[in-house]
Amino acid sequence: MRDTHEPAPVTARVNGRTESAAVAPRTTLADYLRHGLGLTGTHLGCEHGVCGACTVLLDGNPVRSCLTLAVQAHGREVRTVEGLAAPDGTMHPLQERFWRHQALQCGFCTPGFLMAALAAVDEEPDMSRDRIRERLSGNVCRCTGYQPIVDAVEGFSADRAAEHAGEDR
Amino acid sequence: MKLPAFAYHRADSLADAVDALAVHGPEARVLGGGQSLLPLMALRMSVPEVLVDISTAADLRHHEVHDGGVTVGAAVTTRTLETDPGVHPLIRSCLARIGHVEIRTRGTVCGSLAHADPAAELPALLLAVEGSVELVAAHGSRVVPAAEFVAGPYTTSIDDGELVAAATLPAIAASAGWSVREIARRSGDFALVGVICVLDVDRSRRCHDARVVLFGVAATAVRATAAEEALLGEIVDGLSVEQAAELAFTGVDVLGDLHGSAEYRRRAGARLVAAALDEAADRAHDTTTSRAAARA
Ligand SMILES: Cc1cc2nc3c(=O)[nH]c(=O)nc-3n(C[C@H](O)[C@H](O)[C@H](O)COP(=O)(O)OP(=O)(O)OC[C@H]3O[C@@H](n4cnc5c(N)ncnc54)[C@H](O)[C@@H]3O)c2cc1C
Ligand code: FES
Ligand code: FES
Repeated sequence: MRDTHEPAPVTARVNGRTESAAVAPRTTLADYLRHGLGLTGTHLGCEHGVCGACTVLLDGNPVRSCLTLAVQAHGREVRTVEGLAAPDGTMHPLQERFWRHQALQCGFCTPGFLMAALAAVDEEPDMSRDRIRERLSGNVCRCTGYQPIVDAVEGFSADRAAEHAGEDR
Repeated sequence: MKLPAFAYHRADSLADAVDALAVHGPEARVLGGGQSLLPLMALRMSVPEVLVDISTAADLRHHEVHDGGVTVGAAVTTRTLETDPGVHPLIRSCLARIGHVEIRTRGTVCGSLAHADPAAELPALLLAVEGSVELVAAHGSRVVPAAEFVAGPYTTSIDDGELVAAATLPAIAASAGWSVREIARRSGDFALVGVICVLDVDRSRRCHDARVVLFGVAATAVRATAAEEALLGEIVDGLSVEQAAELAFTGVDVLGDLHGSAEYRRRAGARLVAAALDEAADRAHDTTTSRAAARA
């Protein structure tokens, strides 16, 4: 039992690497990723759960990193936007789709959309456009008008389905 | 908006959690999913000294489906329950309306009940299914029925040192129909007005159980007793549904805010109740007739 304002040890797998640090309890996962680990791809918009910019995967599930404490990531697996592209910089197929469909302008919202969309397609490979909109309703974009984002996710989802059909044959 | 400083206690069991609450008294707060508490702390509307994190307490992470109902431990997330196909569709339908997937991945069922937001779905569901919560403290435990649990906006009968260890959402009758409807500005927003209906009708559509719960309109979720009474014993048809919907807000102290006036909530709410009653009666009638057909 430990009750203290003092930094607590946190060990987590972040994008496949084990990271350990002592972190003050009030540090959010978002601030730990950005300031502690220099992973500034995770963006902070509202810092109270309503914009979705800070979405990351915790043990594969999408969460708000502004509403998760860094100490709560202890012993768990975190995936951020930096974990998407291959080490040589080749874009992840979802990023490729965002690029091709111009699903971003300023790019502020993009990391959150990518992580939310990846989790959504993993869970539900055959989403309708309406369903995609519903799944991404927790993420706000001030630039694109959402249309190209839905296009990109729909395209990525179709690519995935085609790949799987290929594997089955 | 950074969080204020606090001391953090990760509870590994219910016993550990209630001990920590007993030690720290009113300075301590339970941290469930943090999806309401952390925003309140960021906004400095809540500044607890100590957070007792129950989200990974092993003995609170289970839920159990029994005869169509379910008992949910305090660390069970909304998303876990929502994605269990064994859970009744009425319950899953309410859960799926809470915020967004990213919120439901961490938010807990018991945390939402404890938070008692007047516009939240789950306190209304607890009333509609006549459920209960189990409150546990270091010195003992008690079971509180839905009708006695929520006392006002964000106010419940949880005492200092107590936590909601589990919530029980009992089954509705197999022959009953249900409906959950709400008006919100965007998908995932809190309801401006919401309604949960459970109706049981016989083969001639005569109503022998009616529960109509409104949320997002008053200081707490409320049962629309005038509408319920109007339906009991009546044939559920266009006329009786219309009459019940018109009565739904009788005796309810409807509050307005900048998103919708009290008048808007009453008028839109009456239409919502009518649509929900229709849907619930159809579902009830379908199950009643298909059961009769199965027996024949
Ligand atoms: C963008 C956004 C949209 C949302 N939309 C909705 C919505 O549409 N409908 C809705 O209902 N909710 C909504 N919520 C709130 C969400 O459902 C919360 O998860 C829920 O209200 C609280 O559950 P929690 O486990 O996160 O509790 P926490 O935030 O951890 O705690 C909330 C309060 O309850 C107390 N508490 C928590 N667990 C217990 C326990 N077991 N025993 C005693 N006290 C406890 C805490 O001390 C605190 O006071 C939304 C939240 C966000 C950020
Ligand atoms: S920064 Fe986390 S949701 Fe907006
Ligand atoms: S691209 Fe600018 S906010 Fe979405």
